[in-house]
Amino acid sequence: MDFETIIGLEIHAELSTKSKMFCGCSTVFGGEPNTKTCPVCLGHPGTLPVANRKAIEYAILLGLALNCEIAERSIFHRKNYFYPDMPKNYQISQYDIPLSRNGFLEIDMGEYKRRVGIIRVHLEEDTGKSIHVGESGRIHGAERSLEDFNRAGIPLVEIVTEPDLRSPEEARNFMMELRAVLEYLGISDCKMEEGSLRCDANISVGVGGSRGTKVEIKNMNSFRALQRALSFEEKRQRDVLLKGGIVTQETRHWDEAAGITHALRTKEEAFDYRYFPEPDLVPIEPDPPWVEELRRSLPEMPAERLRRFISEYGLPKDIAKVLVYDKKLGNFYEETVRKGENPIEIAKWVAGDLAGLLNEASIDADLSPVRPGGVSELVHLVESGVISGRMAKDVLKEAFESGESPRQIVSRKGLSQIADSNEILAIVKQVIKENPQAVSDYLDGKEQALKYLMGQVMKLTRGKANPKMASEMLVEALKMRE
Amino acid sequence: MAISIEDVEHVAKLARIYLTEEEKEMFRKQLSDVLEHARVISEVDTSTVEPTSHAIPLSNVTREDEVRESLTVEEATKNAPWSDGGAFTVPKII
Repeated sequence: MDFETIIGLEIHAELSTKSKMFCGCSTVFGGEPNTKTCPVCLGHPGTLPVANRKAIEYAILLGLALNCEIAERSIFHRKNYFYPDMPKNYQISQYDIPLSRNGFLEIDMGEYKRRVGIIRVHLEEDTGKSIHVGESGRIHGAERSLEDFNRAGIPLVEIVTEPDLRSPEEARNFMMELRAVLEYLGISDCKMEEGSLRCDANISVGVGGSRGTKVEIKNMNSFRALQRALSFEEKRQRDVLLKGGIVTQETRHWDEAAGITHALRTKEEAFDYRYFPEPDLVPIEPDPPWVEELRRSLPEMPAERLRRFISEYGLPKDIAKVLVYDKKLGNFYEETVRKGENPIEIAKWVAGDLAGLLNEASIDADLSPVRPGGVSELVHLVESGVISGRMAKDVLKEAFESGESPRQIVSRKGLSQIADSNEILAIVKQVIKENPQAVSDYLDGKEQALKYLMGQVMKLTRGKANPKMASEMLVEALKMRE
Repeated sequence: MAISIEDVEHVAKLARIYLTEEEKEMFRKQLSDVLEHARVISEVDTSTVEPTSHAIPLSNVTREDEVRESLTVEEATKNAPWSDGGAFTVPKII
């Protein structure tokens, strides 16, 4: 059968303002339950919300970065629902007049690019956190629930895409691109594990050109989970269709441990949020000078930086991507380049060994124990033949662990390679003299005898001979014996 | 505009209130009367009038992004009928 997968995403990102959307409570993650609440975010009668200007600016910046039209006038709505995670019994959100709409973001799939439409970007407030008490630890079967409103009222942007994505890989790529945009704008922490970046998806599988039934997937808490859940769901829907069945329109929950999605056991529930304009908040009317000022303050976006890293430094795309899609690593790289060594060699070390060490230790690049000066020094030591690339790996690891500079480590451990040809030649001659059997084996055509002789050279120099020089000189000296 | 019994049942369900048959009929009539009253307004030609979501001509009322002191947990949960370790406790949701 001729299947077509269609995916649209709905993403929520917490904005990294200091205070909440409509009150002055702190937005710092975690803490004891209900230590960051006030009468406004607890929904006490008679209190009034006042919008956080910074949050509005952040949302406009995102709208601009996603090529959206910024509304001349935008209003807040109340979204009414019964669930204890919002003390007011409604969430302040936006409905038919969002802050921005009609944008796009392009993703690079290697073989091709895709422009993904952005339907809207709007502002709303986050909900509180519920802990369900009971054996299952989940809402079903819980005896009671504990409500923590520290998160209630933290500003959120909701980003809704057009159903333009055609595979789970594209969905993952889109999320990576969007996260990078948020990171470059500096408006969100983007930590999927802490829930500051969340994603729901709609996925349908159509057959022979007709549209399939839309299924909503929730609870994907990492980039990997997003791709796995969508791949699972794509296959599940195809299997249903192949067996002649019908896909049910429903909401399904991704179970990370089991690697499957399952239908949520909700009672037949007509979503009817009875949206109406929030009377306590006046409209937002971003006047053109304000929007222009924000537009001028837009930083370089990840896609632009990727193009620049490739053209300016001559980097291969895969290496440039590693550097660009981690803003702090990219900054680290550029700081290192400014110290003057070869940009391509620096990129290999930063995107390779250093990124690996940082990852393993869960340290962000801006807090790396090896500073840009250290990496520059390391590249210089390799480029000038003082140490081999192989040795440099160990030196970097040691510098990372001890904080010592590469140069100090090399001199303390006497690691400098012997790149003095006279010194190496003397050792080569000695090895040839002391190993007549291996020499004659080699001359009889036994290639592995060369390896043995080379090993002897390295042993006598305690591994410090420049391997390339030593090997060339050994072959040369043996030739003269023929 | 007439409200049906089904409309009343739907609204009651959304509001999580339980109504007897007599109450449903009572609210059906009352809500119909309210809508009928509002219908008079809909006879006015408003095609050139912007929808009014707010009564006062005011926009862009914002505050600076500054942290203010929050309530203590004791204060925050003081009015709650049931709390546990600083968290508001609510009965079984589903």
